[in-house]
Amino acid sequence: MTKKSGAEILWECMVREGVEVVFGLPGGAIMPVYDAMLNYPVHHVLVRHEQGAAHMADGYARASGKVGVAMATSGPGATNLVTGIATAMMDSSPIVCITGQVHSDLIGGDAFQEVDVTGITLPVTKHNFLVTRADEVAEVVREAFYIARSGRPGPVLIDICKNAQVEEVEYAFPEKVSLPGYQPPTHAPMEDIKKAIELIEQAERPVILAGHGVMMSGAMETLRHFATKTQTPVSMTLLGLGAFPASDPLSLGMMGMHGEAYSNLAIQNADLLLAFGMRFDDRVTGNMRTYATRAQKIHVEIDPSEVHKNVEVDVPLIGDLNTVLTDLIPLLDEYDHEGWLAQIEEWRNESKARDILSWSNDGKLYTAHVIHDIWEATNGEAIVTTGVGQHQMWSAQYYLFEKPNRLLTSGGAGTMGFGLPATIGAWFAKPDDEVWLIDGDGSFQMTQAELSTAIQEGANIKIAIMNNRFLGMVRQWQEFFFESRYAGTPLIGPDFVKIAEAHGIPAKRVSEPDEVRPAIEFARQTPGPVLIDFRVEKEEAVYPMVATGADLDNMIRRPIRDQLTAAD
Amino acid sequence: MQHTLIALVENKPGVLNRVASLFRRRNFNIESLNVGQTEKPDISRMTIVLDNSSVDARKVEANLYKLVNVIDVQDVTNQAAVTRDLALIKVSATSDQRAEIANLASIFRARIVDVASDSVIVEITGTEDKIESLLELLRPMGILEMVRTGQVAMMRGTASGIRYAPGANGKHEQESVVN
Repeated sequence: MTKKSGAEILWECMVREGVEVVFGLPGGAIMPVYDAMLNYPVHHVLVRHEQGAAHMADGYARASGKVGVAMATSGPGATNLVTGIATAMMDSSPIVCITGQVHSDLIGGDAFQEVDVTGITLPVTKHNFLVTRADEVAEVVREAFYIARSGRPGPVLIDICKNAQVEEVEYAFPEKVSLPGYQPPTHAPMEDIKKAIELIEQAERPVILAGHGVMMSGAMETLRHFATKTQTPVSMTLLGLGAFPASDPLSLGMMGMHGEAYSNLAIQNADLLLAFGMRFDDRVTGNMRTYATRAQKIHVEIDPSEVHKNVEVDVPLIGDLNTVLTDLIPLLDEYDHEGWLAQIEEWRNESKARDILSWSNDGKLYTAHVIHDIWEATNGEAIVTTGVGQHQMWSAQYYLFEKPNRLLTSGGAGTMGFGLPATIGAWFAKPDDEVWLIDGDGSFQMTQAELSTAIQEGANIKIAIMNNRFLGMVRQWQEFFFESRYAGTPLIGPDFVKIAEAHGIPAKRVSEPDEVRPAIEFARQTPGPVLIDFRVEKEEAVYPMVATGADLDNMIRRPIRDQLTAAD
Repeated sequence: MQHTLIALVENKPGVLNRVASLFRRRNFNIESLNVGQTEKPDISRMTIVLDNSSVDARKVEANLYKLVNVIDVQDVTNQAAVTRDLALIKVSATSDQRAEIANLASIFRARIVDVASDSVIVEITGTEDKIESLLELLRPMGILEMVRTGQVAMMRGTASGIRYAPGANGKHEQESVVN
């Protein structure tokens, strides 16, 4: 046994947990931890605002499947993390946040930079800890990483008092820790699986709803096996994109508010829904009273509190998705569902006729076309990060994901400003992959300061701003539902090219359709961060759209214009 | 209809706050919540009474299990269980009313634990119904103050012991250990 300070123990344990990079910003109450960091093989990324640290840890976690780590000092440093923690919570992303806290003797006394961080983050963390003594550090770190990555993953916060960082205690790595109240489920009971098999046998019009859980459970191959064996089409949630290859004929793309019309129609006409690792969010169901009323529902879910939460289901299978599907598949017969798939194909063809990609070049620059071109140029293999709004929905619709964990986007929380920091985090996770940020001009400006971080780290990221000089999604709602009264949505942005250049980042502006591909190639060929400012159409709308509370098959559709020439 | 849940939780600082915060966050209205010690010093016991017309007890149970510090939840509503509530009732009483109050108290096996010149304190333990009945009879005399502990509950018969949080669908397994 050797004596170590709480700060050293923190790093010892984090290195044992596989931490190689942390995102943070130092301050008074966390200085002993920063000082000890220099003796450990960990790379620290200095952010410009702590929100960026949480999003970077989140982007790192989503791209790598490992736990991301963010660090901040007490008080405002910690409160700045909160938006990023809530974002990770809503999307079940495994991050651990380390915050400094004032000396334990001062807690409750409103000391300088004291904020009740465990209190504030209680509803937006999977679990949190307040550490007041150095001898608690090792076990807490061990438990925090285990809780963050296991079961339904999520953010865990460790608030460490300054004295606990400094005090020296005997240290031995805790090989085992006990969490009597924490036991993530694995297998579903066989009697429930048998009930599910019965429903699958009877189904004539089944649809799989694939969510984020597919990827977190590592069930991509199993899902594909299931879908192929039973010839069941797969509709995906926003966070589920990539769970099933877009090029597979059984893929129905995205469901929900801005989902593919044929996907929503299939769900509303289905007689069986197989919900795999998704939670029936209001953005995917539309009006819950009229949602898929003809369908029996099987819900495979690791978090029992999600079952019957929004939609009553007939057979819940509580367990780890990959484990449950692996148990289930050998018991399944093969099906073809020919008539059902033919019906869906008809809906799909009707959608194609309305697709903006079928429009001929009218000299205007449409976001959908730009994203389509980025998809083509990158062979559909890039990691794509987004902000929140129209560009996010177009990215989901027009970047066709073949592989898992490639679309990194704030789905549940809808956090504008997620994009740039998450992109930097993703690049640290996958430095050899092509990493693109597709952002809106509104979202980008929320965390634009992290451009400095990108340049300081030499992050090889490509930034494409879909600049429509509006908070576009809110503008679209104003157009549809508020008689085009544009309250607070017109946006006079800066010259993004000059902003980039001020950071030493190569940049181009694109206003014409024929400049798009050369600009994308410029970005791809230039090492390090590159920014392209795409001056897209100002008042385009995302179609289809299910208005809030409307029935899922009651969609506002894009009017059919010319169907004469395809874009390619 | 009322639902009664028993939750065993780790006896650690802030656990009550986690439970209360969960109820607020998920908009679960509770009738009463009682917390106390158990036969094991590291485990506390909560008895939670819900009004089933406004809250789905299944949801409360599933959400409680999401808290890392919650070890076990049992819904004892339809089980053979003993439930008890304790009330202290201060009743306005002149010297000639005391006898009547004492009489009522003895019928209900309640006790008078304090006598002042113009009031008495009645202590009663029992089921909700029993306490409500006594209150009904005392009300005409003037109830000056009342405090109730909220229900505590225990299953009848052999001790069921502490079950650790369920793995798949309610199947209780051994204490989980991280390796």
